[in-house]
Amino acid sequence: MQIPSPILYSYFRSSCSWRVRIALALKGIAYDVVPVNLLKDGGQQFSAEFKAVNPMQQVPALKIDGITLSQSLAIIHYLEDTCPNPRLLPQDLKKRAQVRMIADHIVSGIQPLQNLSVLKQMGEKKMEWAQNCIASGFQALEQTLQHTAGRYCVGDEVSMADLCLVPQVFNAERFKVDMGPYPTITRINKALLELEAFKVSHPSLQPDTPAELRA
Amino acid sequence: MAFSSQPILYSYFRSSCSWRVRIALALKGIAYDVVPVNLLKDGGQQFSAEFKAVNPMQQVPALKIDGITLSQSLAIIHYLEDTCPNPRLLPQDLKKRAQVRMIADHIVSGIQPLQNLSVLKQMGEKKMEWAQNCIASGFQALEQTLQHTAGRYCVGDEVSMADLCLVPQVFNAERFKVDMGPYPTITRINKALLELEAFKVSHPSLQPDTPAELRA
Repeated sequence: MQIPSPILYSYFRSSCSWRVRIALALKGIAYDVVPVNLLKDGGQQFSAEFKAVNPMQQVPALKIDGITLSQSLAIIHYLEDTCPNPRLLPQDLKKRAQVRMIADHIVSGIQPLQNLSVLKQMGEKKMEWAQNCIASGFQALEQTLQHTAGRYCVGDEVSMADLCLVPQVFNAERFKVDMGPYPTITRINKALLELEAFKVSHPSLQPDTPAELRA
Repeated sequence: MAFSSQPILYSYFRSSCSWRVRIALALKGIAYDVVPVNLLKDGGQQFSAEFKAVNPMQQVPALKIDGITLSQSLAIIHYLEDTCPNPRLLPQDLKKRAQVRMIADHIVSGIQPLQNLSVLKQMGEKKMEWAQNCIASGFQALEQTLQHTAGRYCVGDEVSMADLCLVPQVFNAERFKVDMGPYPTITRINKALLELEAFKVSHPSLQPDTPAELRA
């Protein structure tokens, strides 16, 4: 009996979707993509069909093992629980807490403030608002990383924190945030982008990447 | 002989994020000291240089425990879960566990940040309407999700991290005068949770920094 591949509902440029794509790549899990274009047709995430997949009407969502999950870190934790190798959380419980703190800082403290639905409300102030959210979040993160970082966000092993960092830096670059004040973030981002899983999952290489943005 | 000090929680009585952690500490029977951080006084005490050294993100809650300082409520709660596994706040079944995290994350990333203090400051007169919309649309989605997951509580019949996030968010909804009529499952679960001791002792009305006029 053939077990169906997991299905990931994803938008090429969604930082939240990218986090999950990295996790799937790191753990060597093959999956199918159903692209959800957040801009076309008034936003395909608002279709009745997709609402049945994820009532919150956001990407990513993952159909796996007979259930449907949303929320990138909930998905990533499920992958971690069911496919423990390679691990994305340190064995040391304090380091593990630091990984989660950094990941949560990005996924609750920065990204939601600059996501599509909030930016729509900001009108002309959109760019400035996004830059401020990211800059103040990165300023705090740069400080935290002084205590935790090795080669990566926490020590020398890739963790859930790193999965959240790279897509957020990509967003920062899209919003033209000056990365000068964040040398540690910049160094870690560069090191991570050399890894295969971060490359294959990149927004420029997705099934729904527009031709003009394709790598 | 080494003297082990109690954990220290930096908290604001009415902060929903702080309340989540207070519930977890109460459920797990962990005694702690509170350092109140008043988010409104003195231009916001979270912006002091002293507190910035505790949490660079300048937000509550933060917890000093076992020689480290943690911020982000769910990171803190997961650490408490990892180090004090009883009573557990995550189901043993991995799919149910994922559902608990999904609901918790939905609240802590998808609803609360959009209506927290620093965002509302930007909204000026539209503040109330904005907060109501964020919470209503988040609760509408949550009500739908709970149809598939809820038993006595958010996921099945055991209190979980999802429940720790739910109750403070409902409290916020009531503060912003959100009509709870469309969310009967959320309302029922919230009521059941508020009967539990841990949710009562950690309530905003009973904190060291609760103003006299709001004290229970």
